[in-house]
Amino acid sequence: MDNTYSKTADALMDTDKSVILEAKHIYKTFPGTVANDDVSLELRKGEVLALLGENGAGKSTLMNVIYGLYTQDKGEIFLNGEPYAIDNPHDAINAGIGMVHQHFMLVPVFSVLENMMLGAETTKGPFLNKKAAEAKLRDLSESFGLEIDPHAIIEELPVGLQQRVEILKALYRDVEILILDEPTAVLTPQETEELFKIMRRLTERGVSIVFITHKLKEVLAVADRIIIMRRGKVVGTTTPAETDEHGLASMMVGREVILEVEKAPAQVGKVVLEIEHLNIHDNNQMHSVRDISLSVRAGEVLGIAGVQGNGQSEFVEAITGLRRYNSGEIRIDGKRMPQEKPRTLVEHGMAHIPEDRQKHGLVLQYPLTSNFVLCTYYREPFSRHGILNENEILRNAEELMERFDVRAPSPVTVAGDLSGGNQQKVIVGRELSREVSLVIANQPTRGLDVGSIEYIHKTLIEMRDAGVGVLLVSSELDEIMSISDRIAVIYRGEILAVLDAAEASREEIGLLMAGHISE
Amino acid sequence: MISKTVDKKRELSINWKLLRQVILGLVIVAAILFFNARSPEKTSAVLSSTLRYAVPLILGALCGIFCERAGIVNIGIEGQMLFSAFLSYMTNVWTGNLLLSLLVGMLTGAVLGLFLAFLSIKLKLNQTIGGTVINILATGITGYFYQTGLTTQGKLWNIPLGPLAKIPLIGPVLFNNPPITYIAILLVIFSQVLLFHTRWGLRTRAVGEHPRAADTLGVDVFKIRYWNVIIGGVMAGLAGSFLTLEGVGMFERGMTNGRGFIALAVMIFGKWNPISSALAALFFGFANAMQIQLQFMGIQIPHQFVGMIPYLLTIIVVSGFVGRSRAPAAEGIPYEKE
Ligand SMILES: Nc1ncnc2c1ncn2[C@@H]1O[C@H](COP(=O)(O)OP(=O)(O)O)[C@@H](O)[C@H]1O
Ligand SMILES: [Mg+2]
Repeated sequence: MDNTYSKTADALMDTDKSVILEAKHIYKTFPGTVANDDVSLELRKGEVLALLGENGAGKSTLMNVIYGLYTQDKGEIFLNGEPYAIDNPHDAINAGIGMVHQHFMLVPVFSVLENMMLGAETTKGPFLNKKAAEAKLRDLSESFGLEIDPHAIIEELPVGLQQRVEILKALYRDVEILILDEPTAVLTPQETEELFKIMRRLTERGVSIVFITHKLKEVLAVADRIIIMRRGKVVGTTTPAETDEHGLASMMVGREVILEVEKAPAQVGKVVLEIEHLNIHDNNQMHSVRDISLSVRAGEVLGIAGVQGNGQSEFVEAITGLRRYNSGEIRIDGKRMPQEKPRTLVEHGMAHIPEDRQKHGLVLQYPLTSNFVLCTYYREPFSRHGILNENEILRNAEELMERFDVRAPSPVTVAGDLSGGNQQKVIVGRELSREVSLVIANQPTRGLDVGSIEYIHKTLIEMRDAGVGVLLVSSELDEIMSISDRIAVIYRGEILAVLDAAEASREEIGLLMAGHISE
Repeated sequence: MISKTVDKKRELSINWKLLRQVILGLVIVAAILFFNARSPEKTSAVLSSTLRYAVPLILGALCGIFCERAGIVNIGIEGQMLFSAFLSYMTNVWTGNLLLSLLVGMLTGAVLGLFLAFLSIKLKLNQTIGGTVINILATGITGYFYQTGLTTQGKLWNIPLGPLAKIPLIGPVLFNNPPITYIAILLVIFSQVLLFHTRWGLRTRAVGEHPRAADTLGVDVFKIRYWNVIIGGVMAGLAGSFLTLEGVGMFERGMTNGRGFIALAVMIFGKWNPISSALAALFFGFANAMQIQLQFMGIQIPHQFVGMIPYLLTIIVVSGFVGRSRAPAAEGIPYEKE
């Protein structure tokens, strides 16, 4: 099929690891998209097979076919060399296949134990045998070093632990094959390290793992073999020994990728955003934001670095008018802004790229046309005397899709049907096509692929160069360091320091992120 | 560390809840004993009337619980009750066989449940509209076919449970009842156990909260939904039969008189939990009994105001006492595979 493919396949033939799962010539189409186009892959016993690809490459679709959630249009699946028809998840579970989905499949109001038992209930007579299930869970926890409180309620657990529950759920069903769909998207660097250790422990016990990701470093760190997908096709197979980040990136995107962001020195202008002594208390009267004072000037990117959960979300919500703050003052272009009035902020030139694009960025059930005018629908030319001008709204959507490279079947596709990268481009398109003087971007590239990340970064830099002030909040230190002109470090709701990006070192910021203030 | 703090929080909240419930329970028991000492017949009458009024609400609420716990909104309970009441009654008129009449009532509820399930699961019709269709059909059809002047051979009679019925105060109230009342009490316990201690219940709740998660674990979402709506229908059918076979002994046009909707309020009040809902239904029944007592006493307030008491109490209790209650998350949303 491809040069790389045959070469590495030969090289690996003589390893003694047997093939446990094989998918051959899988086709799967959705209305308007070919998600999998003649995809084949084989998984060997006890290996970590990384499946790398851009957003929308078809990775999740392929795995959902193997897991029985989707039925392929064509193609076959073999298990230990025998053809195996998988029509529903039940068949997959019986075949020893487990999957941790990109969006967790946990019942939020259930306890860990109830989630564990669901679908694989142990019973005593007609009743659930919770004791036996708990014993089994404790055994598993202990033997794999995955500590968890069986009675904790899922929605009260942080995402890292929720993922642990998902992994335990698969182990509870005695999996031999474990599919992890973008497991690191929600994890901090430390949690990611922890996950890799767990993965190694699993493979030592003979579990075979399919690890889906778009993060190049991770692939190189943990994979035994790597399969790269692009636009529904397998475009290469390789191993970490044979390639590096650049090689992977270009195979994945189909062209050379610049991993570093190029930018000219900042041309700083007047102050656009001023925050003075901002304080936010949470429900328990604890400070979630403590006395933050910051200013963002036109033509610069101020990055806020910090480990997730140190008050960033509350801070951004307060300055974008989505949350009440207890004291402090926020000014845009010198004008004092009222509390909780997002429209006023928008009209004063603020653009907001929210942290949770599905909850706060888009109306998922609405078509793109409507999503593109969420902040402007009430103004000319989209609305005249209170009546929407559908033609203008459609034209606007077509124009923005073109300009911001949104890939969707049509402008009236609902936003929920788009891939994460395309959803983010819709938000960016809507926010940055207005007249803005200030951009607040919170985790703008979380969960996105190289292509989309590159695009978003480039767009933010363009805005800065056009004289817009940019406030970037991110828990990815690499992102902060490559984009920002100045870097503020947030720790437990406080800004510990504001550094000049050109002079700051990784180590210094890393220490501040952990709360260590240098002399 | 994180899981420990979560643990502690839950322990605290349980203790607090338990304490509140124990105190409330003691207050109620003390009040009943106090009134019983002063006027035993009246107390016993109030308690019996409370239970009689509560039974159809309990059964209706159970119907709602089964449907909504599985993710299907059922506002057609009123119609299911009315239709079952009518067919139960007609069977009684034609055959005089009470057992057969009861079975016909249950079957009617089940068939209407199946109809609602089909509309909302297979056709993915808006569930509120589906329920409304049932209500309108029931009012229309029973109203059209009902004729006055029919007579029956009788209604379901009390079955005293031996020596239990002789216990002072609670004996006659709890252990000397007609069959559907006993069935309703047993069904509350049965439903509670089914929902929270069996495989079926676990799957039902999962399907009502996060059907896709259940699906990924090999649970047949559609099957669970169909059966729960049908089981719920049987409960609503029993409620209807209660009205014609046990309560009134007759059929009248529109005789359910909003009970199907009050049952929904009871279900919400009871936080989608069978035992709590039964208690909520008893509370409604008690408010109603008090209202009747006050009217008997000939108090000098217009009776319309007295008649409002149960509803006022409901509003006060729902807005004040009960904390925020949360409906099953996937309620009302048709499940689509792929
Ligand atoms: N349920 C679905 N309905 C319609 N299109 C879908 C569905 N799931 C995925 N797609 C489309 O299939 C393509 C592949 O998606 P996916 O497998 O999720 O990619 P990846 O996981 O690699 O990001 C995308 O274009 C996506 O929009
Ligand atoms: Mg995916």
